[in-house]
Amino acid sequence: MDLNQFIALVQAYTALGVGIIIGLGAIGACIGIGIMGSKFLESAARQPELVPMLQGRMFLLAGLIDAAFLIGVAIAMFFAFANPLLSKIVAH
Amino acid sequence: MSTEASGGLTEYITHHLTHNVVQAGDGGFWSVNIDSIIVSAVTGLLFVLWFALKARKATAGVPSKGQAFVELVIEFVDGQVKDVFHGDRRFIAPLALTIFMWVFLMNAMDLLPIDLIGRAAALVGGEEFAHHFYFRAVPTADVNTTFAMSIVVFFLIIFYSIKAKGGGGFTKELFTAPFHADGTGAKIALAIPNFFLNLVEYLSKPVSLAMRLFGNMYAGELVFMLISGLMITAIGFVPGVLINAGWAIFHILIIGLQAFIFMVLTVVYISMAHEHH
Repeated sequence: MDLNQFIALVQAYTALGVGIIIGLGAIGACIGIGIMGSKFLESAARQPELVPMLQGRMFLLAGLIDAAFLIGVAIAMFFAFANPLLSKIVAH
Repeated sequence: MSTEASGGLTEYITHHLTHNVVQAGDGGFWSVNIDSIIVSAVTGLLFVLWFALKARKATAGVPSKGQAFVELVIEFVDGQVKDVFHGDRRFIAPLALTIFMWVFLMNAMDLLPIDLIGRAAALVGGEEFAHHFYFRAVPTADVNTTFAMSIVVFFLIIFYSIKAKGGGGFTKELFTAPFHADGTGAKIALAIPNFFLNLVEYLSKPVSLAMRLFGNMYAGELVFMLISGLMITAIGFVPGVLINAGWAIFHILIIGLQAFIFMVLTVVYISMAHEHH
């Protein structure tokens, strides 16, 4: 295979990998936020006087749930724009 | 034509993703991201001088607006620390305040227009200079900054562990928690799994703290770059400005939230290190 085919191969698999990272991460994060949000609404309806405290905890949890997903997005974007696998091939 | 545009877009983004690196010695370890250091130093000084000035001029009577705002922030952070940490707050609360305000100010650098520094460089030195001038304005979108902060937090966790349990107690707990055993044989058998679990628990804290902040800020910055790059090449000025504004409004929430999470988790980890098993 010549260089162009190598480059095309690496780019194709990188694009596939980026899509899988972001897609699977989004599924996990969205389901997590959905479950947490529904519990929050239930408990807010049960005990409205606790809402301010629960809201603070809810934002904290939202940040924690989104963490792994956003780390995945950062890594995927890194591969999308500054692909080290590609620069390794081009360097040779 | 399309390869021209996408080549230009990729080049625009990789230009904006490159750090301004100064070599302080040989090799990768000594390559210093001077842009992160300068911006983090400037924001840190800004926070310290601002709060110190307000504290010096504080009145017990009717406060000025600036003083009221500083008091609001300090009470908010103190409330959070009081909720979580049941001990002497005189070191932890200022630590939490520093982490919160410093990370917030560093994150807020993301709201500056991306090409602001590039245009300023072009004004000063001309187009050619601006082409090779790299400056990333958000220190927390640099792994080095976030890991630096979380490694300091890691050392604080170990310090508070040793302070609460003693040096011997700390090492003993490394091998005997969370699986407790009574007979000597069982104790020796469980020492290795205990140690590995404790290692994972201790190491995951700084890594997750750093990577969470870095991932959020890096992804946010990258979306800004994508929108500006697409604005130049594909979608035009007005739609670009609107989409940029929308993402910036969402990002304001993320900026504050990530600073808050870093602070609360630091306080929670240190308070967990303080308690005995």
